[in-house]
Amino acid sequence: MKTTGAKLLRTLLERQGIRTISGIPGGAILPFYDALRGSSIRHVLARHEQGAGFIAQGMARATGRPAVCLATSGPGATNLLTAIADARLDSVPLVAITGQVSQALIGTDAFQEVDTYGLTIPITKHNFLVRSASELLETVPLAFQMAESGRPGPVVIDIPKDVQNDEIDVDRWPEPGRAVAAHPCPENSVAELARRLAAARRPVLYLGGGVISSGAAELACSLAHRISAPTVCTLMALGAVPPTDPLFMGMLGMHAAKGTNLLLEEADLLLAIGARFDDRATGKVAEFCPRADVAHIDIDRAEIGKIRQPFLGLVGDAAEILRRLLARLSAQDRPEWRARAIELRKAHPLRHPSRAEDPLHPLNICRFLGEALPSDSILTTDVGQHQMWVAQAYPVRHPRGLLTSGGLGTMGFGLPAAIGAALAEPGHRVVCVSGDGSLLMNIQELATLAELGLPVAVLVFNNAQLGLVRQQQELFYDRRFNGAHFESTPDFAALARAFGIRGERLSPDGDPLDDLAAILASDGPCVIDIPIHEGANVLPMVPPGAANRNMIEEPEPSYSHA
Amino acid sequence: MPDPIQDPKAPTSAIELLVRNHPGTMSHITGLFSRRGFNMEAIVCVPVDGGAESRILLLVPDEPRLEQVERQLVKLYDVIELRLRPDLGPGFFAGISDLMGPEPGGARRASGLHWS
Repeated sequence: MKTTGAKLLRTLLERQGIRTISGIPGGAILPFYDALRGSSIRHVLARHEQGAGFIAQGMARATGRPAVCLATSGPGATNLLTAIADARLDSVPLVAITGQVSQALIGTDAFQEVDTYGLTIPITKHNFLVRSASELLETVPLAFQMAESGRPGPVVIDIPKDVQNDEIDVDRWPEPGRAVAAHPCPENSVAELARRLAAARRPVLYLGGGVISSGAAELACSLAHRISAPTVCTLMALGAVPPTDPLFMGMLGMHAAKGTNLLLEEADLLLAIGARFDDRATGKVAEFCPRADVAHIDIDRAEIGKIRQPFLGLVGDAAEILRRLLARLSAQDRPEWRARAIELRKAHPLRHPSRAEDPLHPLNICRFLGEALPSDSILTTDVGQHQMWVAQAYPVRHPRGLLTSGGLGTMGFGLPAAIGAALAEPGHRVVCVSGDGSLLMNIQELATLAELGLPVAVLVFNNAQLGLVRQQQELFYDRRFNGAHFESTPDFAALARAFGIRGERLSPDGDPLDDLAAILASDGPCVIDIPIHEGANVLPMVPPGAANRNMIEEPEPSYSHA
Repeated sequence: MPDPIQDPKAPTSAIELLVRNHPGTMSHITGLFSRRGFNMEAIVCVPVDGGAESRILLLVPDEPRLEQVERQLVKLYDVIELRLRPDLGPGFFAGISDLMGPEPGGARRASGLHWS
């Protein structure tokens, strides 16, 4: 059968099971856009390539399956870079397809030429510059296989325009690329881990995003209960443990509840599962869990001992290892250790004004969202104070219930990721909690949202500043504020209406949370501007570089809502 | 950092890689070192298997962070195999320098103005 590179690519993506692609066309990708007409694949037109990248990420994070974004050469490709780097740091399976200038023009500084291959080397799991249409038959399935296998991650396929136009004969189609199972880790390591867990007096489970990726959340909870181990989650693992679970200690690290970090000080055995000892989680590494021996389960061998040397490293799929581990462990009751965890939680609650005193205190809003939203809702956030308030107070009830930019910390993630999540999981309410700083970084995607009419509610925690920057300047730069305050902020409700979306602004008077519930109860997209106190800080906070036991805490609540 | 080829006392490690031979492979490999602040003291690369693969020898500073780079190297799709070559010291690479003949130099090097 005679076909072109572009049509070949379309067929390979269809065979791969791809239903939706986000992207923006341009000269060097036009042959593929032409081939995409009439395909079963739906193209979602973003308004900026970074938006397209994060829409694809939203699809991938919500489902765990690889998603595809599309851009042209030059600025199209460079605009994708942030979303690709973000996928790399949070291990998200993403396949980014970029057009490239024709091979005859490569290296001539042609119009919209940039070295996409070179630019994406350090931010991808792997990347390809395709040199002929026939190469696509191997490259495309391989790209999906790589994105999804082992530790997931982004793969870039850069395709010169002449390759897309190239005509070849195809008589046999390759199998779609699928995740390859990880090698099982040795049974004696599992046995050793079981022995050590049984012998521990104060074990703690430390869950990372790998637990979500491997679908091991329920198994991790079973393990926690089997051995009576209090469990902490990284930002990426929130949702792995039900928020009401008596052994759940919330997020650890820089913005943990104080009791959580203090519990880790007392642990004698720390089992890290799919976590990478990020500095926001560990604080000063040399003083992290000072009394604990560490065991580490990870699918990426390079993570074992990268930051903290474990006495035992188990390389493999977390779910598979946990199943084998559970088969070896009988129930272990540690009543004193369980009681200690509860005691520490009770002794150090988050301090904030009550709902009656200050309904629009960010922590009260986050708790309220937990009550008002259907339990199968998907929450996305941007990056900053609002993100940490969500992590502290919003009860994430299921894996993939919170989509957030953890490793790269990308402002502008929330809105396009929410669009992607709503595309991938129809029927679920999707809420993007954002800030007035973050939302402006990809505000153009409100146009995409208006076009699609998806059930995405955008909540703007509006303090007219880059709040986490302001907070750091207040706490660590002796209140020398610079660059953190916005002299001018848009009227977000009016802005939403200008895009063709319902826009509301909550008034602190009356019962604003009732108003919020009423707005969230109606269908369709909306933007809700929520004024919050400009002096509110995310506390407790471990100063960057300090040990996790050194937490700055909220003084007694002293201010009232402005 | 002392130059290990000039200063035989500076600890170095020789790494041999078997890689897929295509235009991007060397960038992938050298990038892992450069973005961690490692200087590469020596690189030798020769095609094998009719040009489908290459053997690469790297001479790099031996320091604790090297193990992490090795683990990242093994993860690269284009790296087929990695082995350490403690038998190849700086002297081996100095010998290759001798084989290469006299160093380039002259006017361009003296003026320093060839970049623009």
